[in-house]
Amino acid sequence: MSILVVAEHDNHSLASAMANTMSAAKIMAAKTQQAIIAVVAGYECSAVADEVAAIAGIDSVLLADCPALAHQLPEVLAPLLVNLVTSKAATHLLAASTTQGKNLLPRVAALLDVAPISDISDIVDGDTFVRPIYAGNALQTVHSSDAVKVVTIRTSSFEADTLSDGSASIETLAAVDSATNVRFIREELSESDRPELGSARIIVSGGRGMGSGDNFVLLESLADTLGAAVGASRAAVDAGFVANDRQVGQTGKIVAPDLYIAVGISGAIQHLAGMKESKIIVAINSDEDAPIFSVADYGLVADLFDAVPELQAQLAS
Amino acid sequence: MKILVAIKRVVDANVRVRINADQSGVDIDNVKMVINPFCEIALEEAISLKESGAAGEVIAVSVGPDHCQEQLRMALALGADRALQVATDALMQPLTIAKLLNEVIKREQPDLIILGKQSIDGDNNQTGQMLAALAGLPQATFASQLTFLDTNGISELEVIREVDGGLQTIAMTLPAVVTTDLRLNEPRYVSLPNLMKAKRKPIEQLAADELGVDLSARLSVKKVANPPQRSAATMVASVEQLVEKLRTETGVLS
Repeated sequence: MSILVVAEHDNHSLASAMANTMSAAKIMAAKTQQAIIAVVAGYECSAVADEVAAIAGIDSVLLADCPALAHQLPEVLAPLLVNLVTSKAATHLLAASTTQGKNLLPRVAALLDVAPISDISDIVDGDTFVRPIYAGNALQTVHSSDAVKVVTIRTSSFEADTLSDGSASIETLAAVDSATNVRFIREELSESDRPELGSARIIVSGGRGMGSGDNFVLLESLADTLGAAVGASRAAVDAGFVANDRQVGQTGKIVAPDLYIAVGISGAIQHLAGMKESKIIVAINSDEDAPIFSVADYGLVADLFDAVPELQAQLAS
Repeated sequence: MKILVAIKRVVDANVRVRINADQSGVDIDNVKMVINPFCEIALEEAISLKESGAAGEVIAVSVGPDHCQEQLRMALALGADRALQVATDALMQPLTIAKLLNEVIKREQPDLIILGKQSIDGDNNQTGQMLAALAGLPQATFASQLTFLDTNGISELEVIREVDGGLQTIAMTLPAVVTTDLRLNEPRYVSLPNLMKAKRKPIEQLAADELGVDLSARLSVKKVANPPQRSAATMVASVEQLVEKLRTETGVLS
């Protein structure tokens, strides 16, 4: 009996979401008295397996390292995970609720004939979980009667684990075959020196009130003073101000930094769903009736083009 | 080429949902119901592929009680050629829906199946991936662009996917499953004459319990509750005051 955790990585290093997923796995392991087995699947990814083996709480690491897994396509990875669930008598299969985890786990669940449970924000017991529905406007407590629970973890709801102090053994698995009906072509990842939205301690986000993409320079400059990531509302993305991967909200990224500074964001339900778990929320908006003020801790009614440079100047001093 | 589009009936995104007093679920009586926005994007993509000559027939399918005929008629009015209801009054979960849609695939043999990436009620983001697994087909979730390729006589569908760090491009042979993200297209508005015409079009029906699928629910909902509420903001008069409060009250700027 075991809990299997799919390690998310890019063949070189672990994704930051693993820190939160690992915390959830430890809670699950404590509630069910089981060992945690991590699965590292990829190509030329032994460094990742070493990284995972050094996480306290992980009993053993299964390393599937072969060319067919270079891009971790779900058509190749799902059958492998189905075999591992069976051979390791797993009662739980966990992954982060990232685009990778969301793409993969339902496919595994269907092959196991199991109803997956997406995006859990709390663990009641080994069979019962809490998850947001209706863009976070309601919390559903759901019980699974399946023999295997296939679960994705809402990373913003679990503290980050330190991912250290462990010394698990690594078992290497046999190579698997490539898919014949799908092939990877390319990946264009946004390059930035700033922290990722998912793991940033501080996020500065802009909305339609920014007026143009050029004006985001104001926020980027403030973000650099704070060591923060830059986010945006869906309205700002739809208006073409910034790229989609900046989007915070129910249909974009769900974040929960220590400090979230919302600038020129009115506070549509779908945006609030993506950031309202932040520890401290600051809203700067010229409209005193903006809904964002109903979830903010501190509100400032001001012209952002005056307030943001002033804020940066004061924080820098 | 035949395209199957799955449609779900959901509460309109602009409605603020209320939790039932007994915490059994969300009150959806007398609330405006619409096609799930991501399914609307799926339908738009299928219809524009038909208009461009790439697709021959577009079939809209929905699983649920007779209420969902309203959304199927909307799909017909928007340009679907046929509408199919997999009729059931049982509360459906994504695994069951994927199994029922797989039965529809066996009957209709579509070349491409397009679904929304998630519904805005359950927010599960599962059905497309599970359908692909059950049908043994490749999947491209979170699609933001579709292009048909002809590489050395092999026809493939190239899909740009929205992933966490940026964009990923993959190519699949058909048949295949695609789930839509927001930026794939902007759905058109329905015209009144087309809406009137759609009222007279037939909706084909299949009974869910005659498709040989296990309809039992594996998940039971124990409770639906309101999320913790945040209290309203402390309003500050100046940037200076804001910085002072952040420094003295929060400790986040240490």
